[in-house]
Amino acid sequence: MNLLGKLSWSAIPLDQPIPLGASVAMILAVLCVLGWITLKGHWPYLWREWITSVDHKRIGVMYCILALVMLLRGFSDAILMRSQQAFAAGGAQGYLPPEHYDQIFSAHGTIMIFFMAMPLVIGLMNFAVPLQLGVRDVAFPTLNSVSFWLTASGVLLTNISLVIGEFAKTGWMNYPPLSELRYSPGVGVDYYLWSLQISGIGTLMTGINFVTTILKMRAPGMAYMRMPVFCWTALATNLLIVAAFPVLTADFVMLLLDRYLGFHFFTVDGGGNMMMYINLFWVWGHPEVYILVLPAFGIYSEVVATFSGKPLFGYRSMVVATMAICILSFLVWLHHFFTMGAGADINGFFGITSMIIAVPTGVKIFNWLFTMYGGRVRFHVPILWSIGFMITFALGGMTGVLLAMPPADFVLHNSVFLIAHFHNTIIGAVVFGAIAGYNYWFPKAFGFRLEERWGAAAFWCWLIGFYVAFMPLYAVGMMGMTRRMQHYDDLAWRPWLVVAAIGALVIMAGIACQIVQLVVSIRNREALRDVTGDPWNGRTLEWSTSSPPPPWNFAVLPHVTGIDAFWTAKQQAHTQAAGRPQTATPAQAPDYAPIEVPKNSPIGFITAFFTSVTGFALIWHIWWMVILGVVGAAAAMLVFAWREQEEIEIPAEELARVDREFQTELAA
Amino acid sequence: MSLQSHDRAPGDDSTRALTREDMLSELLVYTIGLVLAVILTAVSFWAANTTLLWPPGVALGLAVLAIAQMGVHLVFFLHITTGPDNTNNVLALAFGILTVLLVVAGSLVIMASLNANMMPPSDMMNLHMQH
Amino acid sequence: MSSTAVFGAEADVAGDVSYDGPAPKRIVVAYGFWIFLLSDIVMFSALFATYAVLAHASAGGPDGAQLFDQRRVAIETGCLLLSSYTCGLMWMAVGARNTGATYLGAAVTFLLGAAFLALEASEFAGMVMIGATPERSAFLSAFFTLVGCHGVHVTFGLLWLAVMMAQIATKGFRPMVERRLLCFSLFWHALDIIWVGLFTVVYLMGAR
Repeated sequence: MNLLGKLSWSAIPLDQPIPLGASVAMILAVLCVLGWITLKGHWPYLWREWITSVDHKRIGVMYCILALVMLLRGFSDAILMRSQQAFAAGGAQGYLPPEHYDQIFSAHGTIMIFFMAMPLVIGLMNFAVPLQLGVRDVAFPTLNSVSFWLTASGVLLTNISLVIGEFAKTGWMNYPPLSELRYSPGVGVDYYLWSLQISGIGTLMTGINFVTTILKMRAPGMAYMRMPVFCWTALATNLLIVAAFPVLTADFVMLLLDRYLGFHFFTVDGGGNMMMYINLFWVWGHPEVYILVLPAFGIYSEVVATFSGKPLFGYRSMVVATMAICILSFLVWLHHFFTMGAGADINGFFGITSMIIAVPTGVKIFNWLFTMYGGRVRFHVPILWSIGFMITFALGGMTGVLLAMPPADFVLHNSVFLIAHFHNTIIGAVVFGAIAGYNYWFPKAFGFRLEERWGAAAFWCWLIGFYVAFMPLYAVGMMGMTRRMQHYDDLAWRPWLVVAAIGALVIMAGIACQIVQLVVSIRNREALRDVTGDPWNGRTLEWSTSSPPPPWNFAVLPHVTGIDAFWTAKQQAHTQAAGRPQTATPAQAPDYAPIEVPKNSPIGFITAFFTSVTGFALIWHIWWMVILGVVGAAAAMLVFAWREQEEIEIPAEELARVDREFQTELAA
Repeated sequence: MSLQSHDRAPGDDSTRALTREDMLSELLVYTIGLVLAVILTAVSFWAANTTLLWPPGVALGLAVLAIAQMGVHLVFFLHITTGPDNTNNVLALAFGILTVLLVVAGSLVIMASLNANMMPPSDMMNLHMQH
Repeated sequence: MSSTAVFGAEADVAGDVSYDGPAPKRIVVAYGFWIFLLSDIVMFSALFATYAVLAHASAGGPDGAQLFDQRRVAIETGCLLLSSYTCGLMWMAVGARNTGATYLGAAVTFLLGAAFLALEASEFAGMVMIGATPERSAFLSAFFTLVGCHGVHVTFGLLWLAVMMAQIATKGFRPMVERRLLCFSLFWHALDIIWVGLFTVVYLMGAR
């Protein structure tokens, strides 16, 4: 028996220039970063303050960094695809052979959804929700750290597939029978399955964490109908995570059993039924897109209200619409496989529900528009993204309602029209919203604002680039082009695809602007410093803290009596200050009491280390390593279960001191 | 901050059993739950094996008995009630049940439709063999 | 801006409040575990749905009516149900801080759970020996996975119970240990609830 399972030197793509080049570039980049950290002696700081941190703010930032790095990886796949399709028409074969191209589109989808969009919205929720709820952290801070590191473990495994072995060639949905052992005997599908199982566990834990936090941990006086809308959308999102991700886990478990133990869930023979995989996949898959979009909707609610200087129009209807979307998202999933054999009655039912689900979203768009109407809109970068979203997402939603009609879908299913539709909605809503949130909350996280001119440039490049890249795909999809084509014969499609490739380059310019924006902002951070903690004249509780907030967020938990709690407090402070004579007595110092904060822990990182080892070993059939990995993880958990000290006490004097420093800065 | 909780943890009993009477009443609750569950289980096994009942009704009857027994577990062992201190727990349970129903019923309906409309491979094999 | 922590009008803390602030840790932990259990039940429901879809896909091999032994299933059910009862008794002992009764309740629960697993293992072994392996057909794959998944959960529960007894021995009944025991009892009762569904759908309905 081979000690290293299926692993051998041939797993490294020495004979394929492009993957080899990409691998070398990636390894060099990683080594540079690690090397720089080592040379500067930053490891103790990083270990103490970030890697073992259980602070939701730090974990949120790490999620966002992970996501933005994966954006670069996923986007480079996009550039490869667009350029290949611009060249490979008629007699030309392009530069990417089919087996490679298949891995590229599979990796692009998998990375963008699971390792870019999910971590980005989860990171933003991590950062903002406890602050908005007026509490010190999430319900289970250590579990939060484990969630992040499990996601990172999945990212690691997927990226290792570039260097050692291959990735799945089956598309990001990985349908059987193509993904069964008979037709995909290599390790690619296993990389896909194990990466996603591991990160899926992390995501499920996040769902549990945030549902519990939002339902059981809010500041005194914060009734449900006084929560910021972002917290409502976070609640709906995490309920969906808790309800949907277990289905994906089960689906992948069954496919893994087929591949590893010869079971017959989805095989061609033995009575297997491959449609059951597809059915269960989309039971998860449709709620997943709402998991991605609901936090973005929440961000828009916050941004639009703040930068219009008005309360959000129709708070109650926003809440109802959000929870309606949450429930309805479980009633539409068959629209992803209208063409795969269900009867007209079933297709009709799901077509109708798919159209109905557009209604609550329409309610939200009207509410945002009515919020801006009559307000004094200040055109900072976050609101640019919000306005861009409204136009772009409305368009994408309309093509969605078109596709919701089974007869139309029979023509357009799996064409690039569909590709254009879902990029329209995901980029238009999720990516735009995440970037708006990133610009909006950046000062709170780091203490200085992002530079606005480069931010606006990034926005315009993204907006223009998006339309140039994807509108041609609507056209060429109508002309009959199928998705995932490495090469095509109809030369009439080519001009459109060349335009699309140019659009991708414009988006790349947008991403470059964002990188420049970050570098410039860091360089000029003193000029961009946020001293008051409230750079945007905000409405919700996170803006009442310093930028960045102290680790415990609030020395004394705020007491809330209405929506937009911080805004109300500011108004009252103004009227009180106006009404008071010059020699007003200073406000009473709050009653500081010592607090307990959760202790940092390496368990997240250690667990992820063992899951990475176990995952890699499972992929390559190195059974002794699997056992080692599992035993190691179990041992680490047992050690953790016996730790004596769970929390650290912060004395009242420390709370008072930090608070006083902030007050002095405010007064200055 | 007041420690007057509006909520009860799921699985927790309403009061800590401190007196002997409390403990006996708690024991009674668990024992009644056990007896009910045993009865429901026995009836299920009987219903599945008897010839006295109309066959198509047996499946429905078994389902009803199973749901009843799950309810017995929830009420007597897990102390889930409809009181205001249990609202969050019940709502979460309802959400879970809704999800389960949608997944199971939805999958069954869809798969039945697919199977009916798409010829199963074995039939195709038979047709193929006949040529 | 005022440094007081009151946001809004002069708040009447006692009467107005519809929420008291973050819930006590016991409630937070138990509720979080309750949500986890619901997610686990959703995962089981996906496996249940798959079983229901594949229940007749026996690919010419043995089907449920031929394979299932109801007497054994009845004994398994009895063991698991009784272990739920003794788990409840153990929880009462924890509430009364009675270490001896806790260990006794735990031991009986453990033995009953182990008996359940032993019976299930013998059932699986018997089926494998006559060629009714999960690789034989989709029906058998679904059966072994659904019932096996439940068995894996029971195994994990027994390991957890053993660890909890070790924690009581080394740390006593401190709040953290009690919270974990509450979570364990939630888990154990939930497993029996799932078993009710399992024996009804798989063994009783499948034997007809």
